[in-house]
Amino acid sequence: MNFFGAIGQSILKFLQALGFASLFLFQALFTKPRLKSFHLLLKQFYVVGVLSLPIIIFASFFVGMVLALQGYTVMVKFGAESALGQLIALSLVRELGPVLGGLLFAGRACSALTAEIALLKTTEQLDSLRLLGVDPIHRIIAPRLWAGFICLPMLVIIFNAVAIYGGYWVSVDWLGIDSGSFWSSMQSSVNYREDIINGVIKSIVFALAVTWIAVYQGYVAMPTSEGIGYATTRTVVYSSLVILALDFILTAVMFTGLK
Amino acid sequence: MLQTPATEPKVRMRGIHFSRGDRVIFDGVDVDIYPGKITAIMGPSGTGKTTLLRLMTGLLKPDSGQIFVNGENIKNYSEAQLNRMRRSMGMLFQSGALFTDMSVFDNVAFALREHTDLPESMIRDLVLMKLEAVGLRGARDLMPRELSGGMNRRVALARSIALDPDIILYDEPFAGQDPITMGMLVKLIRLLNDTLNLTTVIVSHDINETAEIADYIYLLSDGKVVAQGTPSEMQNNASAHAEQFMHGKADGPVPFHYPAPDYYQDLMRIGEE
Repeated sequence: MNFFGAIGQSILKFLQALGFASLFLFQALFTKPRLKSFHLLLKQFYVVGVLSLPIIIFASFFVGMVLALQGYTVMVKFGAESALGQLIALSLVRELGPVLGGLLFAGRACSALTAEIALLKTTEQLDSLRLLGVDPIHRIIAPRLWAGFICLPMLVIIFNAVAIYGGYWVSVDWLGIDSGSFWSSMQSSVNYREDIINGVIKSIVFALAVTWIAVYQGYVAMPTSEGIGYATTRTVVYSSLVILALDFILTAVMFTGLK
Repeated sequence: MLQTPATEPKVRMRGIHFSRGDRVIFDGVDVDIYPGKITAIMGPSGTGKTTLLRLMTGLLKPDSGQIFVNGENIKNYSEAQLNRMRRSMGMLFQSGALFTDMSVFDNVAFALREHTDLPESMIRDLVLMKLEAVGLRGARDLMPRELSGGMNRRVALARSIALDPDIILYDEPFAGQDPITMGMLVKLIRLLNDTLNLTTVIVSHDINETAEIADYIYLLSDGKVVAQGTPSEMQNNASAHAEQFMHGKADGPVPFHYPAPDYYQDLMRIGEE
């Protein structure tokens, strides 16, 4: 009996947290925009987006190069190495771009968001905002949420472009594949709506999910130094798992019907 | 009671019950804060003095009981209404809680920029006036990390009076300060209260400093108000709680020992499996 009681209790707890998190998301997303607070959003674009660029560019270049090498060793056995461009582009825009970009973003930007918000809470800065008559959800949470939501899809597009260039560099300059067939196989097989748009939709969904997790975990963190550590860990773990799980669902919906 | 019941209290708390988990913090607390007076909330650490301030400002909600601010029950206030109410309140947090990403000047200017459309030149004048009042006009360009603990608290004080509140709440203003800073703060609190015609609430356990400036003292212990009165009444209060606290005795109604089983039995492991 205790066992069932415990299960029921944890489900209730989970639902309560989910309800609170949803209200929280709603309030932050639909904050009335004010011209006065636009500089806050710009600052977050810089912190969340621009500062994530180096890691995204560095990682994507290597991912593209590895894809080319691995693809080549398999495809050359069938004499299909001229389709390497297709392999690289499709695997990137459909899967690797959004997923790896999202995972890197969770580790680089989301962990920092959680730690920052949790520290603001611990040092009573959120409470002192409230006492000055300013809602911290508007002032602190909303710009960070919007910045993450807008920046990640753009970072994923950059990830894809740089990775394709990395693949091109290895395939053409190193492995000696004809540059024309590299591009033309890519051009003929990558569909704008089915591949590129679907990939971008994935990245938008991931962006919302991971930034939501990050700001929420920071906001509800225990206001102690231990609490900040737990919250940051939870952000990275939850957002990584959520990206992988959502990726499976989205892939099943988007790509299983394709020939 | 010295206070005249004819004047309406600024803040009236009635039958406040509040608990955190299984721990009962308040078990029926009644407090009245009268306008123009300095009211001190005192008590041993862990009695929830800070929690009482958080209840007054609506940062926390009581489990039961009523809180009236300016005669209005804040129980069903929305967050927006609470934010509006808080603009007429200033609170000095124990840590200062300055915004660490802004300079001293911007910290003090924050509320003015947020809630008014005053031109920047006027905001500058107002901020410099507030900083002058706490003696830190020269420190306007420093960042919070460059300030000493006492300066930090004085900047926070300047920030909390930026919107000219009617009520100002101090959370342990003297804790951990050197004697010079303490003297300055005592002087500042009295001065601000009298010149700006404020209503002041101080939460503290520093008896001497608080008794020096307070008009009325509430003593909290075990979730209840155990004694109240003017400082001189409190000094001579014969109740065991007041006697222990006001004269700093190690043992009394607030025991030296945290509740534990009998010492002898505990050492001898009697009753353990």
